[in-house]
Amino acid sequence: MELPVISNAPAEKSGGCSASGCGSAPEALAHLPEDIRRKVQDHPCYSEEAHHHFARMHVAVAPACNIQCHYCNRKYDCANESRPGVVSELLDPEQAVRKVLAVAAAIPQMSVLGIAGPGDALANPRRTFATFRALAEKAPDLKLCLSTNGLMLPQYVDEIARHNIDHVTITINCLDAEIGARIYPWIYWQNCRLRGVEAARILIGQQQKGLEMLAARGILVKVNSVLIPGVNDAHLPEVSRTVKAKGAFLHNVMPLIAEAGHGTWYGLTGQRSPSAAELQALQDACAGDMAMMRHCRQCRADAVGLLGEDRGAEFTLDRIDAMDIDYAAAMARREEVRAALLGRLAAARTPAVTEAVTAAARPVLMAVAAKNGVVGEHFGHAREFLVYEASPAGVRFIGHRQAARYCGGADRCGDGDAAPESILERTIAALAGCEAVLCAKVGIEPWGRLEAAGIAPNGEHALEPIEDAVRAVYAEMAAAGKLAQAAAERKVA
Amino acid sequence: MTLQITEVCVNCWACVDVCPNEAIYADRPHLLIDDAKCTECLGDHAEPQCAAICPIECAIVGELGDPLNPPGSLTGIPPATLAELGLLAAGGR
Ligand code: SF4
Ligand code: SF4
Repeated sequence: MELPVISNAPAEKSGGCSASGCGSAPEALAHLPEDIRRKVQDHPCYSEEAHHHFARMHVAVAPACNIQCHYCNRKYDCANESRPGVVSELLDPEQAVRKVLAVAAAIPQMSVLGIAGPGDALANPRRTFATFRALAEKAPDLKLCLSTNGLMLPQYVDEIARHNIDHVTITINCLDAEIGARIYPWIYWQNCRLRGVEAARILIGQQQKGLEMLAARGILVKVNSVLIPGVNDAHLPEVSRTVKAKGAFLHNVMPLIAEAGHGTWYGLTGQRSPSAAELQALQDACAGDMAMMRHCRQCRADAVGLLGEDRGAEFTLDRIDAMDIDYAAAMARREEVRAALLGRLAAARTPAVTEAVTAAARPVLMAVAAKNGVVGEHFGHAREFLVYEASPAGVRFIGHRQAARYCGGADRCGDGDAAPESILERTIAALAGCEAVLCAKVGIEPWGRLEAAGIAPNGEHALEPIEDAVRAVYAEMAAAGKLAQAAAERKVA
Repeated sequence: MTLQITEVCVNCWACVDVCPNEAIYADRPHLLIDDAKCTECLGDHAEPQCAAICPIECAIVGELGDPLNPPGSLTGIPPATLAELGLLAAGGR
């Protein structure tokens, strides 16, 4: 079967690592059980660490869809879900397999193959599973994953398990059918086109059932939600709680992309997209409940390469046909690269400071005024602090603490008139439990107050990567003999 | 007794997979319905399946060129808005 080309419009440049979402931003997976961490450690879409090093690709073998979303217009390609831009080359399963093998030979960091569209993976079961089946046989080292709207999920859970697909992404925008009716105008269900609340209720039911069934089989489930201001924004924290309770391991809230030019219902009816601040606030509201993915790049359905890059143009079918590939050697090479990368990541995680730190050293919490993955913020400017735990086992991300901001300007950091006592007090209270606070700069006034509260201010690691800085401070504490004392004694001392 | 696919079809293949008679085949610039095979789904389903899943208004038409999914019926975008933006597909052929 040959799938005709929908459009040859040039690929949109997908946003690379944006300044704030990337860098060594907090590892969102720190809280996960060890077995899940192992599964995702080389998955660029799930692990913030991995996404700098491992590559993924999507193949566009799934053109059909079985629902309509108001943020999508099939004529112009969906701007939301996992496929902004234009899917230029639809492939049949045989072509897709050839392409994957060629890419995996040329890019040995390839660890993940996904099917995400341009329609719905499970609305194209024959094409989707034929592709997976062939790849499981020919490149068993690749992780397979798929994205779906969930409508057909319960029917295919067994087949998903059979093909050794260990990651499934479900787009769940709501649990409430009334809200759903404002997002989904129709679904195709049991040979009929259904509309309104009835349609939304069926879709939501199928999504939730599918999620539970996948979780029961030990298949990792990530949930994507599109944040639509005024429609599901207030509802998403509940979505987050519910999907977590049912076993999803990650929740990814993505901003609605709606412009009239996209020809979508939302775009044409003036539905606005959320601001960055709204998105952040919502991610924070949901983060209390479960791991949030903040580095998602919303890649195209035919994306190739590291997250934030797309090398798809190098692998058109004509070019692939001209390539001479030794598949077995390529797989061996991938294994080498994978082992080396995982080794490097592990080495970066486990401290090189162990000389000073004895195994008996106690863990220490430190707060970091972070910016772009480094110790980059002035104490007085920080809106939030990232809290890390340093221990003989390494450095790990614990969570966020919201700061009360008090500093009025860059040059009056912390010691000017804009520093009401109560704000500083509230921030210091928010840092309770931390023994040090790492920032680019601290003013005299807060310096003294922090010390008095038992939190050592530290501006010596400005602009260093967060984890390196935390590790270094921990080593300094060890060298100063501070890690043998219990935390309580220290406070008094 | 046969339906047809018009030039607004985006080749998404959704109709191919649901046709009980394998009546839809690939062609350029878009898929086509084989009149010898199409039964309008009579006897198989209450609604013609291609028209029940097709996401594109006016892509599937009856013998007289009448769209089974007229403008505004699938997206909810009023035909007037579509016309204003020059997005209104010509119904039929
Ligand atoms: S009306 Fe029914 S038989 Fe005819 S093409 Fe459509 S799905 Fe096939
Ligand atoms: S479902 Fe509609 S748009 Fe899709 S291929 Fe069939 S006729 Fe074309």
